[in-house]
Amino acid sequence: MSFPWANEYKPQNAVTKWVDERLPLPRLVYNAVGAGYPVPRNLNYFWNFGVLAGVALVIQIVTGIVLAMHYYASVDGAFNSVEHIMRDVNAGWFIRYAHMNGASFFFIVVYIHIFRGLFYGSYKAPREMIWLLGVVIFLLMMATAFMGYVLPWGQMSFWGAQVITGFFSAIPLVGEPLRQLLLGGFAPDQAALNRFFSLHYLLPFVIAGVIILHIWALHIPGSSNPTGVSVKSEQDTVPFHPYYTAKDGFGLGIFLIAFVAITFFAPNLLGHPDNYIQANPLSTPAHIVPEWYFLPFYAILKAFTVNFAIPFTGIVLIEAKLMGVLAMFGSILLLFFLPWLDTSPVRSGHYRPLFRKFFWYGLIPSIVVLTYCGAQPPYTQWVVLSQIAAAYYFAHFLIILPIVSRIERPLPLPNSITEAVTGKPLQTATA
Amino acid sequence: MVRLIAFLVGVFFSGMLLIGLGDTIIGAIKEPAVPTAEHEFHKMPLAEKFPHDGPFGKYDKGQLQRGLKVYSEVCSACHSLNLVSFRDFAALGYNEDQVKAIAKGWKTEVPSINPETGEPATRPGIPADRIPSPFPNEVAARAANNNALPPDLSLITKARANGPAYVYSLLIGYEDAQPAELLKKFPDAKTPDGLHYNPYFANLNIAMAAPLTADDQVTYDDGTKATKAQMAKDVAAFLTWTAEPKMENRKSAGWAALGFLLIFTVLTWMSYKSIWADKKH
Amino acid sequence: MATVKKTTGTSKAPRKKSAEASAELTAPTATATVEEGEGVRRRDFIHIAAVSFAGVGAVAVAIPLVSQMSASADVLALASIEVDVAAIQPGQAIKTSWRKQPVFIRNLTPSEIDEANKVDAGSLRDPQTLAERTQPGKENWLITLGVCTHLGCVPLGAAAGEVKGEYGGYFCPCHGSHYDTAARIRKGPAPLNLTVPEYTFISDTVVKIG
Repeated sequence: MSFPWANEYKPQNAVTKWVDERLPLPRLVYNAVGAGYPVPRNLNYFWNFGVLAGVALVIQIVTGIVLAMHYYASVDGAFNSVEHIMRDVNAGWFIRYAHMNGASFFFIVVYIHIFRGLFYGSYKAPREMIWLLGVVIFLLMMATAFMGYVLPWGQMSFWGAQVITGFFSAIPLVGEPLRQLLLGGFAPDQAALNRFFSLHYLLPFVIAGVIILHIWALHIPGSSNPTGVSVKSEQDTVPFHPYYTAKDGFGLGIFLIAFVAITFFAPNLLGHPDNYIQANPLSTPAHIVPEWYFLPFYAILKAFTVNFAIPFTGIVLIEAKLMGVLAMFGSILLLFFLPWLDTSPVRSGHYRPLFRKFFWYGLIPSIVVLTYCGAQPPYTQWVVLSQIAAAYYFAHFLIILPIVSRIERPLPLPNSITEAVTGKPLQTATA
Repeated sequence: MVRLIAFLVGVFFSGMLLIGLGDTIIGAIKEPAVPTAEHEFHKMPLAEKFPHDGPFGKYDKGQLQRGLKVYSEVCSACHSLNLVSFRDFAALGYNEDQVKAIAKGWKTEVPSINPETGEPATRPGIPADRIPSPFPNEVAARAANNNALPPDLSLITKARANGPAYVYSLLIGYEDAQPAELLKKFPDAKTPDGLHYNPYFANLNIAMAAPLTADDQVTYDDGTKATKAQMAKDVAAFLTWTAEPKMENRKSAGWAALGFLLIFTVLTWMSYKSIWADKKH
Repeated sequence: MATVKKTTGTSKAPRKKSAEASAELTAPTATATVEEGEGVRRRDFIHIAAVSFAGVGAVAVAIPLVSQMSASADVLALASIEVDVAAIQPGQAIKTSWRKQPVFIRNLTPSEIDEANKVDAGSLRDPQTLAERTQPGKENWLITLGVCTHLGCVPLGAAAGEVKGEYGGYFCPCHGSHYDTAARIRKGPAPLNLTVPEYTFISDTVVKIG
C-alpha cells in the first residue's frame, strides 16, 4: 500500500498460506480494514459514519431480500401483501419496520458522512475521486429510496411516483414521451410498479459495487483527518485494526441503540400517515410530501416561482417549473464540481476562519430551513423562507466558496498530526 | 473556467430565486391570502390518553372487546375491516369456540358459491375468513351512502395523524349547528345538505352522520356504562389494535433489544478505551 | 461456549499489536511492562466479551430473518377443512385439497375391504392393517393424502376411469408405485403407504380433516 510502514499480512498456518498464494482475499481484507491499513491517529467520531453507512446498506439488503420473499408487485396486491407481512408473516412486522426505518437511518448516517467531508475538506486533492464516487452513491441511494417508497402502493407512493416522474415532463419537447417511457404508460400503474420493484432490487447491489470503488479510491491516499494535515510518518498513524475496529464497534452500538429505539417504539414517526391508505388514482392527498430525506430538494423545486423571461416582452425563455427541476438536480450535481470550486489548499475547516463562518452560519441553517419548508404547505412565509435559503445554498457553493478560498487567510497549520495531538513535535530519525 | 461557469450559474439560480422572492412578497401584499373556514375552525384531536400509549403501554383486552362490540353493532353497517380475520380476535382474549361463534354469527355472511349450481351465494363465516364487507363493491357502497365512500377501518388509526385520538375526537365531535361566529365570518361556508358539521374533520363537513347518538346505544357485556365518550374511546382503542395488532410484541422485543445493546455498547466502549489507553489522540 | 473459545485465540493478536505499537511510539515503556499480567488478562476478557456479544446478537437477529420463511398465520389458519362425503357412493372416490395438497376420500366396497383384509400385514413393506388406517365403524372410508411417498407425484386411481394399478388401489405413473385398496405400497419404489391425515367424523356425513 501507499505507506511503507504498513503491517504486512503474514499467513499464520499452512492453510492460510495456501489460500494466500492462490486467492489473497484475507490479505485484501487485512490491507483494507485490518491491521495492514495505517490510519491517522486523530480521527474523531465523525469518522465513524463511513462504516455505519456500510452497516446500514447491509441492513437494507438483508431485510429487503427477506421482504421480497413475501411482497408481490401488483397494483391490486402490493398494499395487501405489505399488510400480510405486517400481520401474518412470522416476525414480518419487525423486518418491514426495520427496512422502512433502515432507509431513514441510512440517509441520516450518509448525510452526517457528507457534512463531515464538506467541513473537513475531504473532497480536496488527492481525494477528489473518493468524493465523486460518493456523490454517485448518493444519487443511486436517492433513486433506490424513491422506488422503494413506491412499492407499498399507498397514496404517497402513488402520488410521489406521479410527481417525481412529472419532473421529466418539464423538459421541453422530449419531456412527455420520456415520462411515458419511464412509467410504461400515462400514469403510474402495473408496468411502473413492476419495473420499480426490479430496479429497487438491483440498485443496492450497484451501490455496493460503487462502495467498493469508493473504498479502493480511499486506500490510495489513505484517510483524511480533522487537521487536514497529511500523514508524514508512522507516528501519525495507527493500524485500522484493532484501533478503529474497536472504535467502530462502539459507534455501531450507539447507532443500533438509536435505530432500535425508533424501529420498535416509534416505527411510523418518520413516515406519512397517508401511505397507510391504498393508492387511489382518482384522489390526491391534501398535501403531498416526500420522505424527510428528500425535503430540502423538494423545497428547492418549489422555491422557483417566476419564469425566466425577457423583461417587458413576455417572451418566456425558461418556465419556472423547468427551472425548479433543473435547480433541484443542479443542487446535487454541483457537488461533482466542489473539488474545483473550493481552491483553498487548507483542507480542514478548523483552520479556515472565514469558511467556517459560512459553513456554520450559512450552509447548515439554509439546509435546515429548506428541510423544514419542504414539508410545509405553500403559504407565503414558507415560500419566502425557502427562496432565501435556496438562494443562499446555490450562492454558497457556486459564488461564495471560490471567493472565500481566494481571500481567506488560514490559521497556521500544525506541522504534523502527532504534534497536533501530543503538543510535541514529530520525533525525527525513527525507523 | 469551471469557476467562471459556476459563478454564472450561481448568479442565475440565486438571482431567479431573489426575483421570485420579490414576486412572492409583492403578491402577498397585493393579494393577501384569503382566510378560510377550514383554516380557522378546524380543531386538532383532543389529547385523549389510552392504556396502550407509551413504550410500556399494553392493550386493555376488555376495552378491545367492548370496542369490537361497538364496531360490530354500529360501524360495521357501513365500514369494512378488510385486513382483519375472525381468527385475529383470539388476541382480544376470546377462546377458539368464541371466535368460531363470532365468525358464525357475524351479521354479514361471507360471499361464496352455491356448490350445486355455481350461483353466487353466501355462507356463515369461519375463523379463517376475513371480516366480510357490508357492501359487495365500491359502487354499492357509494350508492347506499349518498355517493360518499365509507373508508375501510383496518388501518384508519395509522392513516390519520394522531389516529386514536382523531377517531375518538371525530366520534364525539359532532355539533348540531355550525358556530354562529363561523357563519358570520364565512357566510358561504354553510354546511351543505346531507353533510354534517364536525370541527375535527379536515374540511369541517363530513358525510357520515353522527354514528354514536345516545348513551347505551350498545350494551356492554362487562357492565361498563356505555356513555358516548366511553363507546368512542373503546372503538378507537379497538381500531388501534386492528391497525397495529403486533404492538405488544414490538414493544417487548424492543426492550429486550435495547437492554442487550446497552450491555454490548458498554463492552465495546470498555474495549475501545483499553485498546486506546496507551495512545494519545 | 464455542464462540468464546474461538475468540480467545484470535484476540491475542490485537493485544500484542497494541503493546508493540505502544512500545515503538510515544507511550513510556515502563508502564507497558507493568501492565503485563493482571491488567492484560482483564483487557482480554473485555474484548472477548464484546466480540461474543456481537456474535450472540447476530444469531438473535438471524432467528426472525429465517423464521419468516415458515408458514404464516393465514396459511396455518386454513390447516383444517370440513368435507361433506354424503354423495360418494361405494367404489367412488373424490379428490379434495387440504393444505394445498390433494386428499383422496374413498368409499370402499365390501369386496375391496375383504381384499385389503386378506393380506398379511406383516408381509408388507410398511406393515399396517386396514383397521389401523381407518376409523372404527367407518372402515369403508379410506382417507389418504394423494401424494406418492416416493417423490411426491399425485397417484392415479381416485377419479373414474383412471388406472388403479395391479392391486386395485392407486398407481403412481411417475415411477410406477402400486398401492392396494387400503392405499398401502405393494410394488414399486415408494417406501411408505399413502399418508393418512388426522381426521374425525363430526357427523355421519361430514369429515373434518386436520
